Amino acid sequence: MAKALDYESLNENVKKTAYAVRGELYLRASELQKEGKKIIFTNVGNPHALGQKPLTFPRQVVALCQAPFLLDDPNVGLLFPADAIARAKHYLQLTSGGLGAYSDSRGIPGVRKEVAEFIERRDGYPTDPELIFLTDGASKGVMQMLNAIIRNENDGILVPVPQYPLYSAAITLYGGSLVPYYLEEEANWSLDFNNIRQSIASARSKGITVRAMVIINPGNPTGQCLSEANIRELLRFCFLENLVLLADEVYQQNIYQDERPFISARKILFDMGPPLNKEVQLVSFHTVSKGYWGECGQRGGYFEMTNLSPKTVDEIYKVASISLSPNVPGQIFMGLMVNPPKPGDISYFKFEQESKAIMESLRKRAHIMTDGFNSCRNVVCNFTEGAMYSFPQIRLPARAIEAAKSAGKAPDVLYCLKLLEATGISTVPGSGFGQKEGVFHLRTTILPAEEDMPAIMESFKKFNDAFMEEYEDYRGYSRM
Amino acid sequence: MRRFVAEKAKRALSSYLLSSSRSHPSPSLTSSPLKFYSTAAAMASKLNPPVTVDTLNPKVLKCEYAVRGEIVTHAQRLQEELQTQPGSHPFDEILYCNIGNPQSLAQQPITFFREVLALTDHPALLDKSESAALFSSDSIERAWQILDVIPGRATGAYSHSQGVKGLRDAIAAGIAARDGFPSNPDDIFLTDGASPAVHMMMQLLIRTENDGILCPIPQYPLYSASIALHGGSLVPYYLDEGTGWGLEISELKKQLEEARSKGITVRALVVINPGNPTGQVLAEENQRQIVEFCKKEGLVLLADEVYQENIYVDDKSFNSFKKIARSMGYGEDDLAVVSFQSVSKGYYGECGKRGGYMEITGFSADVREQIYKVASVNLCSNISGQILASLVMNPPKVGDESYESYMAEKDGILQSLARRAQALEEAFNSMEGVTCNKAEGAMYLFPRIHLPQKAIDAAKAVNKAPDAFYAQRLLEATGIVVVPGSGFGQVPGTWHFRCTILPQEDKIPGIISHFKAFHESFMSEYRD
Repeated sequence: MAKALDYESLNENVKKTAYAVRGELYLRASELQKEGKKIIFTNVGNPHALGQKPLTFPRQVVALCQAPFLLDDPNVGLLFPADAIARAKHYLQLTSGGLGAYSDSRGIPGVRKEVAEFIERRDGYPTDPELIFLTDGASKGVMQMLNAIIRNENDGILVPVPQYPLYSAAITLYGGSLVPYYLEEEANWSLDFNNIRQSIASARSKGITVRAMVIINPGNPTGQCLSEANIRELLRFCFLENLVLLADEVYQQNIYQDERPFISARKILFDMGPPLNKEVQLVSFHTVSKGYWGECGQRGGYFEMTNLSPKTVDEIYKVASISLSPNVPGQIFMGLMVNPPKPGDISYFKFEQESKAIMESLRKRAHIMTDGFNSCRNVVCNFTEGAMYSFPQIRLPARAIEAAKSAGKAPDVLYCLKLLEATGISTVPGSGFGQKEGVFHLRTTILPAEEDMPAIMESFKKFNDAFMEEYEDYRGYSRM
Repeated sequence: MRRFVAEKAKRALSSYLLSSSRSHPSPSLTSSPLKFYSTAAAMASKLNPPVTVDTLNPKVLKCEYAVRGEIVTHAQRLQEELQTQPGSHPFDEILYCNIGNPQSLAQQPITFFREVLALTDHPALLDKSESAALFSSDSIERAWQILDVIPGRATGAYSHSQGVKGLRDAIAAGIAARDGFPSNPDDIFLTDGASPAVHMMMQLLIRTENDGILCPIPQYPLYSASIALHGGSLVPYYLDEGTGWGLEISELKKQLEEARSKGITVRALVVINPGNPTGQVLAEENQRQIVEFCKKEGLVLLADEVYQENIYVDDKSFNSFKKIARSMGYGEDDLAVVSFQSVSKGYYGECGKRGGYMEITGFSADVREQIYKVASVNLCSNISGQILASLVMNPPKVGDESYESYMAEKDGILQSLARRAQALEEAFNSMEGVTCNKAEGAMYLFPRIHLPQKAIDAAKAVNKAPDAFYAQRLLEATGIVVVPGSGFGQVPGTWHFRCTILPQEDKIPGIISHFKAFHESFMSEYRD
């Protein structure tokens, strides 16, 4: 008798879903690692896995919350600074019974209040903690919102290309339609409103109701920081086209240039005043996984809703309650991130030192990597203005593309596999993020340790230039 | 108001478009037919913002979860009123008996587990000599062992999407020790609590509303909610209250056949053992019949086993369904079993940590690939929860420094739970018109209330289910929060409520006396 659950009888949407970040390249890299090859994993934004140390203060606080009996020990002051002890007591009081109790399904009210205060300090506009929901990582929040919005395959979501494939995966899983809009690589990955308008019109002519628009700022994989003008136009566009804006702002701490600091979509929306500030529906996402915190393994995140009706918020709350509550330690990390040590606090100096060191190093590595890629044959790379990735364009020769075809692989997949085999550098092919037809990229992170960077870029260059040598016809001109 | 604002918006919009095209010929505003088409289409729906309750995913609107539903929001309101207006109600505090959340009711965590978690959360402690004075030596040793299996000792890094390999090894070893049959670490998926794993399986199994999942009635409403969210059909099978919530194969067969006759493809069978809300522990023979049934009918067996460490009777013990299947000689090719476990229950009660796993067996490699793929979209579950799951499945052993204190804590909690289960069960059985099956396991009692007709009519008059009406009156009179039976499902025309056995032991007598007093007065009011 046929198996109860075999491949044929699986949910089609599951089968259609793709998530390249942990797909073919990663699996191959893991295989090679098992065989003893040294692999440099640059496939996912996972700073601690590449040697970045956790910030000391939050770990002290959460350790104390894990083991509150330490607070009663007279010797606790030998191991923990007084402000960490005080903060642990503060968070324990905010919980419903310590780290081991389910909290409010939206997250601990006291922590949501801290998030609201952070948003108000950052943007200059007040926000309501009741409209802030903490989640097990920002990804869960994104999935909850998309699940709430998508009714059927005729509901479309505008997604940037290239995009972080959580969006394409979630839209497929929930049975919706992805409506792509192409970022302009030659214009520093900025928004092209003509293209966006064309996309939306084309989708509508096919009977798709475009419901929402995703923007990732700073961009992933593309690393651009959007200008204020771009965001204003975007908000106006959402207003005119009746779209809810899903603003993925998880990289807001990762800014490596000074011309375009991070400005939240919400701030700009409120700066624009009526009618937009009351009409445009916006959901903003943030996390403890990125920034200079890099606490991916804690699964701490939140989303903030603007201009969604109370009834809608209730429904979203209802769905959150089915999973009972987000993990409490992750919530405390979030509280600490939005409310870090201040000048005058015992731990402030060390905290500042650690944070600054990470940020300065990331900025340096953004430059090292961009310059390194740009020095390679047939490689062009926009500067990583923000986020954690480099997304160089690889101009693959025609013969390489043919070789890929005969191997049954996308050209950039073949390139990345060969790169992996030759150098141990594990990247994600651009096809995993989307790109214009016939244009190829790969995504790597800027996270390998600073001292390892020169060797990594050297290794890449060696491989790339040899690859180009092998596949180009006598340095560029055809043999016809 | 909305219409006025929208009209104003339309006027602003048209004047904006006019002024823009006149004075700011910017590249993004080139007039093109496409632009006007798209804007015109949007204008037509401008009166309605894109996301309202009317335009939400209907599956979201349909699903329900009573454990944190209406009665709880009501209770929270009353709690606020107690703070702002003390004395405004005939009780001093709200007593939450609605949710299996032990540590919110002062149950203490297991010290050894928390020691290890503090050390793995802040590994720098391990380098400090002072730590030896504050932590037990075996917790320090375990922390080192755990950090050694985490690449780079980085507890803040995303792990493998199924969970850290070394932790899965430990869990598999724990499962094998428990069952006497081997367990493969690659069959284990660590998740943020058991609930996300349940959702994953529903997502895989449910293609359309013609896919059905057999669920016990009464059931823990995660299942009904998840099935609704994923667009499938819940195929109910009724547990028999008269025989201690027994699971009859004849009932399973009957419901299966009825569903199939309606064109439903039944994909899986959910069994909750020990039961929630019903508290029964299945007899081995019963479990064997269930295994045979799933094998014969080609159903995936979804075994919710999160209460495996909550057993209060000496004549029953926990047997995992995988163990039962293997002991019957059934292997991977014979049937698919998914076992769910969590760190939230048992004697550890670590709900807030969101730790758990599913162990999947009997699936082909290509199905397993798909399961892995879905897990990878969320990258991984929280590391601290993963570590805790490995501790729960591998607690201190005889000879370990912490063993005795660990056992004292564990036995203390379990014995207290058993006493509270007994006290509450007796109390409910002593009330007029109330019958209550024993809680052999889990954390709940599910008494049946025989409501007088007058009460049922009174409930109808205010548009409430009779058990919801009773629960609300109970709350308003005593501050005690229970969940109406209709939140879990029950035989039509019968009424129940679910009450946890978790309030602090010293509060139980007070709860019992207030409950009894309320019940007497309620029956006096509505007695036929």
